Amino acid sequence: MGETLLEIGNLHVEFKVYEGRLRVLNGVNLSVQVGERVGLVGEAGCGKTTTMKCVLKILTSPPGKITEGKILLHDKDVLTMGSQEMQRVRGHGISMIFQDPTAALNPVFTVGDQLMSVIKYGSKGSLSKKEIKKRAIGTLREVRLPDPERIFTNYPVQLSGGMRQRVCIAMALSTEPELLLADEPTTSLDVTIQDQVLRLLNELVERHGTSVIFITHSLGVVREMADRVYVMYAGNIIEGARKEELFANWLHPYTLGLMNALPKLTGGGIAEGIPGRIPEYLDPPSGCRFHPRCPRAMQQCSQSIPPVVHAADDHDVACFLYRGETDE
Amino acid sequence: MNSKILEVEKLRKFFITSRGTVRAVDEVSFSVEEGETLGLVGESGSGKSTVAYTVVGLHSPTSGQIRFKGEDISRPVSKRPKALKQSIQIVFQDPGTSLNSRRTIQQILELPLKVHHLGNSRDRKERVVELLERVELPPDYMYKSPNMLGGGERQMVAIARALATNPKLVILDEPTSALDVSIQAKIINMLLRFQEEMKLSYLFITHDLSLMRNVSTRVAIMYLGKICEVAPTMKFFSNPFHPYTKMLLSSIPVVLPEEEAVKPAKITSEGEIPSPVNVPPGCGFHTRCREVNGICSQKIPEMMEVEPGHFVWCHLFPVVTTPTNLEKGVSV
Repeated sequence: MGETLLEIGNLHVEFKVYEGRLRVLNGVNLSVQVGERVGLVGEAGCGKTTTMKCVLKILTSPPGKITEGKILLHDKDVLTMGSQEMQRVRGHGISMIFQDPTAALNPVFTVGDQLMSVIKYGSKGSLSKKEIKKRAIGTLREVRLPDPERIFTNYPVQLSGGMRQRVCIAMALSTEPELLLADEPTTSLDVTIQDQVLRLLNELVERHGTSVIFITHSLGVVREMADRVYVMYAGNIIEGARKEELFANWLHPYTLGLMNALPKLTGGGIAEGIPGRIPEYLDPPSGCRFHPRCPRAMQQCSQSIPPVVHAADDHDVACFLYRGETDE
Repeated sequence: MNSKILEVEKLRKFFITSRGTVRAVDEVSFSVEEGETLGLVGESGSGKSTVAYTVVGLHSPTSGQIRFKGEDISRPVSKRPKALKQSIQIVFQDPGTSLNSRRTIQQILELPLKVHHLGNSRDRKERVVELLERVELPPDYMYKSPNMLGGGERQMVAIARALATNPKLVILDEPTSALDVSIQAKIINMLLRFQEEMKLSYLFITHDLSLMRNVSTRVAIMYLGKICEVAPTMKFFSNPFHPYTKMLLSSIPVVLPEEEAVKPAKITSEGEIPSPVNVPPGCGFHTRCREVNGICSQKIPEMMEVEPGHFVWCHLFPVVTTPTNLEKGVSV
């Protein structure tokens, strides 16, 4: 096993609202090795993006608040870093690609202006203006945008959705980060364009040796993008394994339900899906948060939180159905 | 079998804008048989929603004909008889905006009943409860407002509203694309059950081919305002002909090794869909096609029946100009 780059331990996040406290993240544990591509899958509202926002410390606070936990980047806790040190981390430690490239780019500045300011503030040492421009056009070429000199002078509105996302990828990778957080980068794109963007991302990440956390709601996408997959439900990581292991051997009832509900290219109809919906965070279910929807719920599921067990080789699951070595 | 509930012939819908004419739908012909689900698949900008809106009457066609049970209905909804509107209903993509958040669910579901004078106020209330039951929502939901419901529940209300008038043809415009897969599964199974019980015909618009594999009887692929390929679902997935269909199929991320096997050999997707204002000459797909040759940019291909019921619009399958083929080419 390689060196650990990022380790999130027992992360709890709450949001204060008028009605009370929304207990969104409920002890998230996740780690990323150097050079590893990690996939984080889950349905809307399960806390994927909130987790990533904590890593970059861009969680809006208030109302959000990290009540417990640690986020170690190279054994240094991000949560205790000062704002200047954090700025350096955001510069060339961690970059993020957002879901909607239209909202992520500023409409009143050209692609070139925005890319140049990222390079200017994000790179080590000072660069001349000419050097910055040269690098900016180089990164646009790297994401295979046609005619990078022209794109450099374009405004985001002049580009298509796929091209805008390529610009965002160019920005995120221009400072050569160690860790890339990709938050559903292809959700707003068509399937043929998604295919192109995913291939490009995979290729660039491999070439630069960047570690990635890839967030998506699509199990199909995560299968193409990750070495290790974590499944998230209602603020908990409920299952985590190497990709090959996970896709061969689903354990958690929620993951199983998701897999069955997914329409397959081989046909055969669609299973009934999972009854109910994701719980309210104001008053989340006790014990395992999935138990009210779980077809195999037992009495103990509503009483205590299931511990994470190593159910198989390199395969962790948080469910009482499985016995194995516990973590501690 | 062979009774066509909806026939669309050489339908055109152009929009005149300051930047030029948008050729959203350009000579599209297809039909929906009674009791079947025709899946109309395409990427954004392919014109699939425009087809849906024109069939319902939200747009009036630029040219071409739409026939419902043989009757010409090529006109906007304001000029259609009420009985016709009762028979054709639509479910929109985003239930957040298709339901009025200032009305209660009861008011929303009662409106179509009032418009079509179906029953007195007591009958209507009973019918609302019955409709809610059908979509598996508790009766007290009728006093709620749409923004108190989750996305899946809202879409169920939208479906209940579409079914309120006992329609014959329901147009489903990406009804589950805004929802999570676990909720999608529930809604799709519900729709399939209603189809069986109420003898409905569906025109199902989507960009999700995996979903179509499990839902539709036949599949039609649209690209830049044209239909490229139409085939019965089994044939469509086992033996796709059009280069665009192959590109689409090989771009789908899947979860099972068996699914990988269904996908055509990896065809690298290239380029982007051109703007419908500047449609490339000839076949609109030639700018991205791997099997392009000289004729593609010059001549518009013709629809060709390659095997029974399987039509392809591509120069790779040249039309043999026999009278039977010409006739079939039109009546896709």
